[in-house]
This record gives sequence, C-alpha cells and structure tokens, in this order.
Amino acid sequence: MIVEAREVSRSYGSTPALREANLSVAAGEVVAIMGPSGSGKSTLLHCLAGIFTPDTGEVWFDGRRLDTLDDGRRSELRRTAFGFVFQFGQLVPELTVTDNVMLPLLLGRTRRRHAERRAAEWLERLELAGLGGRRTGELSGGQAQRVAIARALVTRPRVVFADEPTGALDTLTGEHVMDLLVGLAREEGATVIVVTHDARVAACADREVVVRDGRVCDPYATGAVR
Amino acid sequence: MTVPLALLGLLEREPSHGYDLKRDYDAFFGRGRPLPFGQVYSTLGRLARDGKVTGQSEPGDGPDRKRYAITPLGRQEVATWLVEPVAAEPYLQTVLFTKVVLALMLGRDAAGYLDAQRATHMRRMRELTEIKRGGPLTDALLADHAMFHVEADLRWIDVTQARLGALAEMVRAS
Ligand SMILES: Nc1ncnc2c1ncn2[C@@H]1O[C@H](COP(=O)(O)OP(=O)(O)OP(=O)(O)O)[C@@H](O)[C@H]1O
Ligand SMILES: [Mg+2]
Repeated sequence: MIVEAREVSRSYGSTPALREANLSVAAGEVVAIMGPSGSGKSTLLHCLAGIFTPDTGEVWFDGRRLDTLDDGRRSELRRTAFGFVFQFGQLVPELTVTDNVMLPLLLGRTRRRHAERRAAEWLERLELAGLGGRRTGELSGGQAQRVAIARALVTRPRVVFADEPTGALDTLTGEHVMDLLVGLAREEGATVIVVTHDARVAACADREVVVRDGRVCDPYATGAVR
Repeated sequence: MTVPLALLGLLEREPSHGYDLKRDYDAFFGRGRPLPFGQVYSTLGRLARDGKVTGQSEPGDGPDRKRYAITPLGRQEVATWLVEPVAAEPYLQTVLFTKVVLALMLGRDAAGYLDAQRATHMRRMRELTEIKRGGPLTDALLADHAMFHVEADLRWIDVTQARLGALAEMVRAS
C-alpha cells in the first residue's frame, strides 16, 4: 500500500467529519472517492495528503507514518512526492501558464532553464503547446484544469490528489480532462486519488469507494460485490 | 422494432441486394448482434407485400439475385418515422424500486442491496468507458447513451440511499 488511512477521525469544532475512516490504496492504482455532499470526502483527501492532521488514527505513506511528521518534513513530502488538482483557484491568475507550471520546480530549486524545458514538455503532453505565454486568468475552465494537471505532474509525484477536478466542466470537456489526468498518471506510474460526484469521472478509476457520514464504505472490501 | 425502418432508410440511400443491406445494417446498427440473413429476407418480403419496396429479379441464381428499391410509400414511412419523437419511457415500476421496498418491508438489508447495486452499476460504467476508449465514434456514442442511463440509475440509488430511513418508516407504517 502506498497510501493508507487507518481509523482516521477528524472533527471541525464539534462537527465530526470523519469517523474512523479506513482506506488503502496500492501503488499505481487510480481510486475514486464518491459520496454525498458533506460526507467527508475532502476532509479524507486532505488527511491522506498530510494537509490536515487527524484527531485520532494514522495516515501512512509508502511505509512511513505521515501524521506524526513535523510540519517542515510534511510540507517537504507534499512538495516532492504529491501533486494536487482542485476544482479551481489553484493557479496564480497574474502569472503565465508556463510560470504556473514551473512554480513547483522553482520552489524545489530546479534551475530555471531546466524548469522551462520541463514545463514546455508537460504543456505539450496536455495539448497546451502554444498557450505558455497566456495568463491563466484568461483561459477556459478546461484549459485551466489541464494547466493544473501539468503543474501537478511536472514534479513527477508518486501520488496525485484531485478534488472535483472536473466539477466545473461540461461532460465532454470533463471527460477529456479526466482522460489526460488518468492516462498521463498511468504513464508516469503515479497513483491517483480523485474525489468526484460524477460517475463518469469515477468510471475512469480502477475502483471506487463511497464515503457516507464520515465512514468509508468499500463494496469490494466488504464482499458485497466480487 | 426499428429493423424494418432501418432497412427502409438504407434503401432510400440506394437500391441494394439483401447481402449489402445486411452488411450496412451490421456496420451501423448491429453492435455485436448481427442481423440474421433470414430476418433480412423475411423483412424485405413483408415490406414488398406492403408496397414499401419493390424487388427486381436479376439474371443468375441464388436467393440474392433480387435488387430492392424503396417506393414512394416507403419513403413516406421513413420521413414520418425520422421526425417522430419517441416517448420518454415512464420507468415507474423498476426492479430496483421493488427490491428496495420489499427489503424494507421484510426487514432485510436494503442499504446493503443499494451498495451492491451501486457497485454493479459502476462496474458497468467502467466497461462502457473501456468500449469508448479507442473504439469508433459510433460505438462511443452508443456507449454514451448507455452511460447516461446507468448514471440516471446511480443518481436514483444515491437519492434513495439518502432517504432510506424515511422510506422505511413509511413502508412499515402502512
Ligand atoms: N472548515 C470547516 N469548518 C467547519 N466544518 C467544516 C469545514 N470543512 C468541512 N466541514 C464540515 O465537515 C463535514 C465534511 O465536509 P467535507 O468538506 O469533507 O465534505 P465533502 O464530502 O467534501 O462535501 P462536498 O461534496 O460538498 O465537497 C461537513 O459536515 C462540513 O460541513
Ligand atoms: Mg468536498
């Protein structure tokens, strides 16, 4: 297992969001997290990615406890081993597409010339060649999500965490974005954990789990389906 | 049945032999269920009897020496059919619904059933996604049609799952 939540609970004040949630994801797997609004999907994703610390329970990444690492090492791990794609609001609108994609590399002290080359490669793979000089505030929703995917993958992460990556897109655009995300992640051997309401998006994954009232129901794990 | 109308439509494009009609039907509409030759010829026979096609015998032997052409009556039938909307099916009494209500009535695990049904539908969604990937556009569009229907069921499953408590009370009270 590359990512694992063991009996993870997390509350916001007196609101319990996760109640002893369990989830195991194997390396290279693409897993969809589904479930009703407010059931705890985003909270679970944030705990798995080391953005939130659980109140109780454990989070493991590649054989290491993640939740007990100090803040510095945790953010280092997020920067080097994880990529993130959210519904919106993750790109810097004043920066160009290329600058946005290079950002995580520059933060990791990659030399600028090298970062530029890598960004250009990834823009090409996301069918965005030619848009590098555009400000991200001037892109369509589907283009912006492809830039976000380039930025998430440019550091060659082990795991990509995505929260409603197609939530604001129409069916065809969403499908295209999801095909690119899953296809490229598979080529890179990266694991993908994607939160979505959309059954089509979830159908791009190898399997899905459903979060209900802060608990993870895994129909395959419980033997409800073979 | 759409087979007679599909054959008529193909004949409106150009007069054909039964063999060519079958080939075109299978290519566009067959989807793994090729039309048996017998059905092609029996359908053409009925269309000819009703005056919607004519069969012109050609020299040679074998059953396929007839070339079929559409008549004005046949053309009229195709024109009417193509603009006629199909009734939205009133899926009021689905198997899924019956299972859920009976399970609640008998005190069985309705939530568990819905979870299993959901997983089964999701597996079908993955199969359809696979069919779409790399297949020709015609296959992809048919898979899309199926996917939207499976999605509708999935939404119903989620809504019902969310209201299972209220439904259980109602079923038990009556
Ligand atoms: N910052 C917060 N402060 C207080 N409560 C919160 C906060 N974030 C989430 N919650 C609560 O925690 C629960 C789980 O929220 P979460 O965002 O994980 O749900 P979700 O499954 O991602 O929902 P959605 O599908 O609507 O995004 C909800 O009851 C929510 O109201
Ligand atoms: Mg959320």
